[in-house]
Amino acid sequence: MNKVIITVVGKDTVGIIAKVCTYLAEKQVNVMDISQTIVQEYFNMMMIVDMAGANASFDEIAAGLDEVGYQMGVVVKCQREEIFTKMHRI
Amino acid sequence: MLNLFEVIETNNMIEHEKLDVRTITMGISLLDCCDPDLTALNEKIYQKIVTRAKDLVATGDAIARDFGVPIVNKRISVTPIALVGGCACKCPEDFVTIAQTLDRAAREVGVNFIGGYSALVSKGMTEAEENLIRSIPQALACTERVCSSVNVGSTKTGLNMDAVRLMGDMVLETAKATKDADSLGCAKLVVFCNAPDDNPFMAGAFHGVTEADAIINVGVSGPGVVKVALEKARGENFEVLCETIKRTAFKITRVGQLVAQEASKRLGVPFGIIDLSLAPTPAVGDSVAEILEEIGLERVGAPGTTAALAMLNDQVKKGGVMASSYVGGLSGAFIPVSEDQGMIDAVSAGALTLEKLEAMTCVCSVGLDMIAIPGDTPATTIAGIIADEAAIGMINQKTTAVRVIPVIGKGVGDTVEFGGLLGYAPVMPVNSYSCETFVNRGGRIPAPIHSFKN
Repeated sequence: MNKVIITVVGKDTVGIIAKVCTYLAEKQVNVMDISQTIVQEYFNMMMIVDMAGANASFDEIAAGLDEVGYQMGVVVKCQREEIFTKMHRI
Repeated sequence: MLNLFEVIETNNMIEHEKLDVRTITMGISLLDCCDPDLTALNEKIYQKIVTRAKDLVATGDAIARDFGVPIVNKRISVTPIALVGGCACKCPEDFVTIAQTLDRAAREVGVNFIGGYSALVSKGMTEAEENLIRSIPQALACTERVCSSVNVGSTKTGLNMDAVRLMGDMVLETAKATKDADSLGCAKLVVFCNAPDDNPFMAGAFHGVTEADAIINVGVSGPGVVKVALEKARGENFEVLCETIKRTAFKITRVGQLVAQEASKRLGVPFGIIDLSLAPTPAVGDSVAEILEEIGLERVGAPGTTAALAMLNDQVKKGGVMASSYVGGLSGAFIPVSEDQGMIDAVSAGALTLEKLEAMTCVCSVGLDMIAIPGDTPATTIAGIIADEAAIGMINQKTTAVRVIPVIGKGVGDTVEFGGLLGYAPVMPVNSYSCETFVNRGGRIPAPIHSFKN
């Protein structure tokens, strides 16, 4: 298990989840959970994914997602899960 | 399982509230480099540093990418050079060659500062230690990344007033030697009382003799995060205020702990400590002064400032201690003037004086930090400032320090620009009455009694 959190923040538009998921599927990244909300008119999405079986490196996928986000005008970030669990769980 | 709001909170801290890891500092022992031949000594020091720290910067950058949190500085601290160079260096100029070696090694591995051009003389000075101290002005003038510190006293030993007096001269000499760069050399020189062995923050970092061969120490930051958290506690009582600071400090420190453990694992170097400090930068929204103002002061320096800072400092420690397995270094709120926009504004507005800053140092981390004073301040007066600050540390069993910059050619009303994280500062007035007879007495102030606490 190599859990990574992907966040997407930006103006809501059609197909954001589809495009991100398509990219992840190409890289053999398994999506475990998706949640989304609108905060101050901004689309916020979080995905919990498992990169254990991925066919590319973390840096490569992070850069790829950055590019996917750029094309849709949203910011896509890729971070290892521990930064969140360490901060929010004792 | 994590929820979306927790993830948003963390990322807001990073993106909007300037949460970062201020420094990963690798402490490296140079004791095994000792050699009576100066050339051989320099070569051994260079090789040890570039071997040990060759992956430090790349590893720091990789961790920052993985977790999406900025790691601002990667730095190195070494064994106090007065100990390492003692048997090879016969004069101050010999020590300067070691400073140049450290600078070269720092550049080679890509760290922005290397600390440890230091002498620990809290009780007495050896000839080597005095030579190192006398070499500081030249060493800081001819290097870019070397930081120097001198420990002139401790609670256990009292104050070495000969060293205090000498440091008054050396601070002024360093200012003169770097006068073309607004006396920038003094920004890289700290005079301590009760200096810790494991401090990751510059300019006072050195790798103490009590430490292992190499160690990873991490300094966290995040005044902006505390400030934003406190905005939500406006009008609440002290109980709510303190709880908010503790919770926030916990979260900030956890990031530091994670980064430290990860760096330790990837570099194969043991984890030392987390320094849980609120370290400001000149950026707006990254200021300890702004936290104090959010707590309820119109300006830093107003009556109530010392109490507010004492409370802040204590809550940061209480929250941070539980978040980390080992805490050390300077841990607390830093109050450098030039590196904190709120402090700069308070000085410019006439709200904050040197005397009030001195009072503030009694209850918070470190001491009189990054304060520009007139270039014509006598060396004896600087020694007096050092003695006052060291006395506070000695009596209160805490670390205190002085990093003042007598800006040659400038006086009260002028502003001095240091650049980058060092910021800028208005030149502050210093009490013009003399303490020459006092600091020129020579000898030591004995260690204080530890009973009858009044």
